[in-house]
Amino acid sequence: MSQLFCVFSIGIVLVFIAGLYCLIATLNLIRAIIGLELLTKAVTLFIILAGYVTGRTALAQALAITLIVIEVVVIAVAAGVILCVFRHNKSVNGRLLRNIKG
Amino acid sequence: MVINTILLIVLVISALWTVMTPRLPRSAMGLAITSAVLSIIMFRLSSPLAAVFELSICAGLISAIFISIISLMPRITAKDRDIRQKEHFHKYWLLPVIIAMAAIALNLLHLPANFNLPAQPVENDVRIILWNSRHLDLLGQIVILLAGAFGVAILFKERKNG
Repeated sequence: MSQLFCVFSIGIVLVFIAGLYCLIATLNLIRAIIGLELLTKAVTLFIILAGYVTGRTALAQALAITLIVIEVVVIAVAAGVILCVFRHNKSVNGRLLRNIKG
Repeated sequence: MVINTILLIVLVISALWTVMTPRLPRSAMGLAITSAVLSIIMFRLSSPLAAVFELSICAGLISAIFISIISLMPRITAKDRDIRQKEHFHKYWLLPVIIAMAAIALNLLHLPANFNLPAQPVENDVRIILWNSRHLDLLGQIVILLAGAFGVAILFKERKNG
């Protein structure tokens, strides 16, 4: 059990690094959301793993389902924002958002 | 354990491919594959309900959202695509190196393999936990869904004065 936790923890950290790098390196807003998705997936897997290791899979599943619902809403709203940005700027480059007043 | 390790390696590779591939549709497909593999791992970790949610919502719905956004974007020329691919490679060549170094470093760290686990809980049915113990979470989910729907409605609201 402990070995499984260690192996999965390493994988989770690697997926988290991939998502974080994507989020930091890109200026494309769609790719930024993809990076955010990867970060969320790493967190979801960690919750499930923690539940499995501690024998509280039901609680872990309840939390994971909540996280998935929040993830979908965030992605839907972010997609809407990206479409609005595209309508205004004809581009999805995040650098153009610096021109916003305020 | 061997199957879990293989699935974990596939998960990391698909996540890496999602980030590394220069074309956005492929990136969205990579994300869907990552979600599918994650749902298999969840199923193996005794979390079937969360695995079903992950498969249907993250691999299905979110991929559809991504593909529809990408399809609304204009097509780029072959020349632009070549330039973008080169730029993409310059940005992301470091990522596989970082991932490999992190994997080696974490293996060398020898994370603590012996820790005390808490006692088995009395109730371990996800439906009872979700509806009885965590009902405030459900309320929060409803509020977040309504907020998201309201936010999207506001974003796409047509102005009366054009």
